[in-house]
Amino acid sequence: MTVPLTLLGLLEREPSHGYDLKRDYDTYFGRGKPLPFGQVYATLGRLARDGKVIGGDAEPGAGPDRKRYAITQTGAREFDAWLTQPIEPEPHLQTVLFSKVVLALMLGRPAETYLDTQRAAHLRRMRELTTIKRTGGLMDALLADHGLFHLEADLRWIDVTSARLDALAEMVRTS
Amino acid sequence: MTSLNLSAPHPLIEARDVCRSFGSTSALSGASLSVASGEILAVMGPSGSGKSTLLHCLAGIFTPDSGEVWFDGQRLDTLGDDKRTKLRRTAFGFVFQFGQLVPELTVADNIALPLLLDRVSRKAAYARAAAWLPRLGLDDLGARRTGELSGGQAQRVALARALVTRPKVLLADEPTGSLDTLTGEMVMDLLVSIAREEGTTVILVTHDARVAAYAEREVMVRDGKVISHSDLEVEVGR
Repeated sequence: MTVPLTLLGLLEREPSHGYDLKRDYDTYFGRGKPLPFGQVYATLGRLARDGKVIGGDAEPGAGPDRKRYAITQTGAREFDAWLTQPIEPEPHLQTVLFSKVVLALMLGRPAETYLDTQRAAHLRRMRELTTIKRTGGLMDALLADHGLFHLEADLRWIDVTSARLDALAEMVRTS
Repeated sequence: MTSLNLSAPHPLIEARDVCRSFGSTSALSGASLSVASGEILAVMGPSGSGKSTLLHCLAGIFTPDSGEVWFDGQRLDTLGDDKRTKLRRTAFGFVFQFGQLVPELTVADNIALPLLLDRVSRKAAYARAAAWLPRLGLDDLGARRTGELSGGQAQRVALARALVTRPKVLLADEPTGSLDTLTGEMVMDLLVSIAREEGTTVILVTHDARVAAYAEREVMVRDGKVISHSDLEVEVGR
């Protein structure tokens, strides 16, 4: 969802070829998941169609597309609005974790074991992210931190829910 | 509960069915755990779960009411006080949340202290203490009184003091509990790096998942018993 807006942001910096955009995207935002060339050019095509970028004339050289793309005022406005507005803080009141715990209690399944298993899975992922943080550069560390803080929030919820499981089970049984 | 496998392949330190009460309050009720040589283990659990009591039993500070504690092939809980005290001074290093340094003494004094207590000559003790300063980024602080240090600096001194005797086991109880996130991460990074370089076994008690994630394995203490997460690691479908 953020690929078109990210490409707009890269073009706001300076007009670029598709190849350069892909290289910069992969360097800063790809983190092991490179953007396919096809998606780069398809996205640029849609942005050009919607008047958010313009492609220059094709330049001589090898490769499928040697156009240099530049952001338009429309594109710059859209990028600016996206960048300056906070994203929706989602309360996640109906998380998968919550649903699983309540369903487990409804069905008389071992909810505590499920929570322990989930905690183990979360901690395993946190170990992986911590290793990335310790061995990678600053960009890797910041991205790993984002994941770690989210996982930590889940874990706190798991711990609190685990402590309140008896009360929750009673509520589920009687409601 | 899932069947548990709490054995490490080549255990250096083990608790076997350990029970420990304080008055009428049971802190441990059949806790079993084994930690391999060179392993970095996190012991997690909520406040009051018994994790610090387990650490103190493993260190020979508390004697279990029942059960056994083994260290390096010998029964620790039946050793006499003198032998346990000597073992704690030579084979174990300790890092706590705070309050472990002597504030009137300098950084170098504090680091050299365990060696001096073990009757290492003053010259050798201070030379060994000085060698730890650069490893922990304390190069220019040797002459500073520890009461004048920041929290992160003080914990690094505590870490140096715990490791200066080259213990087989480092026991750390909430070692970053009084530090902010970034300082705590710096201390954990140093702790793990040095433990791996030295081959030190680490038992790290923490309620903080971000700290536990520096370990290679974690266990949970709940209601005085140990639950091994490695027995629960199955794929969870979403």
